[in-house]
Amino acid sequence: MELTAVSYIRWIPALPLIGAVLNGFAGAGIQRRFGERGIAILACAPVLLAFAVSVQAFLHLLSLEPESRFLLDRVAGWIDIGTMKADIAFLVDPLSCVMILVITGIGGLIHIYATGYMHGDQAFWRFFAYLNLFTFAMLTLVLGDNLLIMFVGWEGVGLCSFALIGFWWTDHKNTTAGNKAFIVNRIGDFGFLLGIFLIFWSLDSHGHGALAFRDIQHHAGSIADMHFWGWPVATLATLFLFVGATGKSAQIPLYVWLPDAMQGPTPVSALIHAATMVTAGVYMIARMNFLFAMAPETLAVVAGIGAATAFFAATIGLVQNDIKRVLAYSTVSQLGYMFIAMGVGAWTAGVFHLVTHAFFKACLFLGSGSVIHGMSNEQDMRKMGGLRTKMPITFWTFLIATLAIAGTPLTAGFFSKDEILWKAWSSEYGSPVLWVIGVAGAGMTACYMFRQVFMTFFGECRADPDVREHIHESPAAMTMPLVILAAGSLLVGFLGVPEFLGGSNHFHAWLAPVFEHGSHGAAHHGHHDVAMEWTLMMISVAVAATGVFIAYLFYFRQSFSAARVAAIGGGGPHRLLLNKYYIDEIYNFVVVGGTLLISRFLAWFDGAIVDGIVNATAAITRGVSAFNGLFDSRVVDALVNLLANRTYALGTRLRHVQTGGINAYLYVIVGAVTVVLLARLM
Amino acid sequence: MSLAVVLFYAFAIFTVVCAAGVAFSPNVVYSAFALMGTLLGVAAMYVFLAADFLALAQVLVYIGGILVLMLFAVMLTHRIANVNISNRSVGRLPALLVVGGITMIMGRAIYRTSWVVGTELPDGPSTYAIGTGFLGTYVLPFELASFVLLAVLVGAVAISRKELRDAQG
Amino acid sequence: MVGISLEHFLTVGLLLFALGLYTVLTRRNAIGILMGVELILNSANINYVAFARYGGSSTDGQIFAIFVIMLAAAEAAVGLAIVLGIYKNFDSIDVEATDTLRY
Repeated sequence: MELTAVSYIRWIPALPLIGAVLNGFAGAGIQRRFGERGIAILACAPVLLAFAVSVQAFLHLLSLEPESRFLLDRVAGWIDIGTMKADIAFLVDPLSCVMILVITGIGGLIHIYATGYMHGDQAFWRFFAYLNLFTFAMLTLVLGDNLLIMFVGWEGVGLCSFALIGFWWTDHKNTTAGNKAFIVNRIGDFGFLLGIFLIFWSLDSHGHGALAFRDIQHHAGSIADMHFWGWPVATLATLFLFVGATGKSAQIPLYVWLPDAMQGPTPVSALIHAATMVTAGVYMIARMNFLFAMAPETLAVVAGIGAATAFFAATIGLVQNDIKRVLAYSTVSQLGYMFIAMGVGAWTAGVFHLVTHAFFKACLFLGSGSVIHGMSNEQDMRKMGGLRTKMPITFWTFLIATLAIAGTPLTAGFFSKDEILWKAWSSEYGSPVLWVIGVAGAGMTACYMFRQVFMTFFGECRADPDVREHIHESPAAMTMPLVILAAGSLLVGFLGVPEFLGGSNHFHAWLAPVFEHGSHGAAHHGHHDVAMEWTLMMISVAVAATGVFIAYLFYFRQSFSAARVAAIGGGGPHRLLLNKYYIDEIYNFVVVGGTLLISRFLAWFDGAIVDGIVNATAAITRGVSAFNGLFDSRVVDALVNLLANRTYALGTRLRHVQTGGINAYLYVIVGAVTVVLLARLM
Repeated sequence: MSLAVVLFYAFAIFTVVCAAGVAFSPNVVYSAFALMGTLLGVAAMYVFLAADFLALAQVLVYIGGILVLMLFAVMLTHRIANVNISNRSVGRLPALLVVGGITMIMGRAIYRTSWVVGTELPDGPSTYAIGTGFLGTYVLPFELASFVLLAVLVGAVAISRKELRDAQG
Repeated sequence: MVGISLEHFLTVGLLLFALGLYTVLTRRNAIGILMGVELILNSANINYVAFARYGGSSTDGQIFAIFVIMLAAAEAAVGLAIVLGIYKNFDSIDVEATDTLRY
């Protein structure tokens, strides 16, 4: 593996950082003087410039040989203690190049969209400061050349997510949602940290302690037989890392923050919770694919959780009425597909779906934002309808993106999802069960997405009269990104046309050098049954079409009443789905309640026992000192006073000798002489 | 019993009686005159001891000087002093006891000791011997004594004069 | 002199001493006390001279006695000057009256 040392990569994260700093510290002033336009330019320019530099890096990589597509920009040293060495260095290889193009490209479009969406907001500048900061953190995450820099970015995106979800902080619901996102993320981050520690420690005990990805990859074989607490180290470490991924990428059991995160402004949902931050977990697994390939148990867990999440979230999405909630659960579900791909060793497929998903999900979210904007902030789909004629651009782009997510043939979503399903069936780590769950999920996806389209854009308008009057298409700043993203949803797929359909899967070839280590286990040389592939593809398309048809019947033709279906079983199942299986309530009771219980016990302990001990000590000290004082005043002082009194008494008695009378003195003299005389005589 | 012995006893008794007068007389003037008698008696003793110069010196100095001085003092202070307390004695019994005790002890000492009696001094004028002694062996004490007398002279004048000055000022 | 021995003179001296001591201890008049002191000195003188006569063949004792007489005179002078001073200050020569230095 040959490294090319460059020094311009650092500008990719640095430009948004500069933008964040300027917007953050000078934003209020700039907005006062130059208005929103000034901020808009100041915020969008860095990201678009970063995109330009990313394109430059891409072209640079193209000019190199596939085996040596490795650009390293070492900015400075950071930690160098003993065997632990981590530099501030940025790495561009095919995988991170894909990521930075997506982040800066789609991120840039969303920045432009947001200049229109956030129009009129007082804290316009603060929003863009945070948005730029987020872009910086996300770029750091994907560009970092070692686990620590990645973790810095990992935490950074969590922080910015918190700040942006709770952007309108005067409403308590928003801040609560932000807290929830951050705290749940932190739980995942704990697992991530444990993974990092374990990797470093186990490598170090063989003398190869390293944190940089290429170094870990180089020495990964040395820990193949190492065990820790009875588990193989590779399995344990990858499980810990995966816990981090479930937190960041909203899988079971740590997905609960994503639907609540819809409290934030729609551009935030689009950027963070559709296109970029939630994909961090997928990226991390792709980055560490060589380690995951050494741990089949973990891969099984990854695939299993991915499948379960995909199915689970899709069922909830079927009955939600908030336009953004549907999309949130859809995101969770699609992320599940990506994890299915990672879990069966189809790294490329997973990353491919990541890219296509970024396009159509961003388009869907921005489109919903446009709808909300046009509907004067109404988000309940039951109050929408018939917007097709009043918001044409929004309608068409939304429709295209929906076709993509449903897996309509020749759209981007079709190619990526289909590849995943095929790999789920055929890979050495895959199984038909995964495929069945995936297809079922795809069917439900098609169903609820088209339900959303029909409810929102077709039929008669069910909005309130005063809202209906103001329905209008969004300004160009908002519609232009929609168009670009919709085009992407159609065209990006052609990068990864699989071979059996006649394409040469450029995407796969592009990413091959990154995954050659991990692909040893994953059999895409395994079962290459073309006929099977065709069959499976047909079945999945048919299932998706069925889903669309059901939605059509229920919500377009109104042939069946959705309310009647909801009432099946006494309304119980419908309520269960509507309330998200009451998972949030269960978590609240068990986790939050349990924590509070423990903290109450500890508070009592501290107050009663610890304070008791301290107070007792204080009381003892007071007692001892009181005794000492008593002793001092009674005994010691008494002795001193006694001495003084005795001396005084003695003096009082003795001074009577001083009579002043000479006679007495003479007697004394004579007496003394007599005594002396007698003594001499004896 | 030769005449000398009788005379000796007479003078001895005279001396002691006068001394008793000094001690026991209530009136201080009487005491002063009794003292004079005592001093005369002592001078007689000196004669019996063949200390002729000393006897004369005794009479001249003691009686002629000291006694007169004492009489002056008595007269100066007697007039105004309270007659009642001028000569009253205090604490007779303890004094008697003490004195009696000392007397007995010393008496024992005198009579128990076997005195070694050396050759008696030849009778004759002792003036020459005393003079030689003063300017020979004892010249230093002699000079010091004159020094002391000077100091006493000055001191007495100083004390007296100071009193006078205070009384006047 | 035959018949008169050393003890006789010593006895006289002893008696004088006793009486002088008695005077010193019992008199309240300051001058009375001084007289007692003179008696004591005289008794000492008798002793000196007696021993000079009977003890050795020199006149040392007599010389001592002369010294004593001399110093007795000096002491009497100063003493009486002091008594006069006391008399001026206290208007009395009772030794019990001069007790301002008592406790």
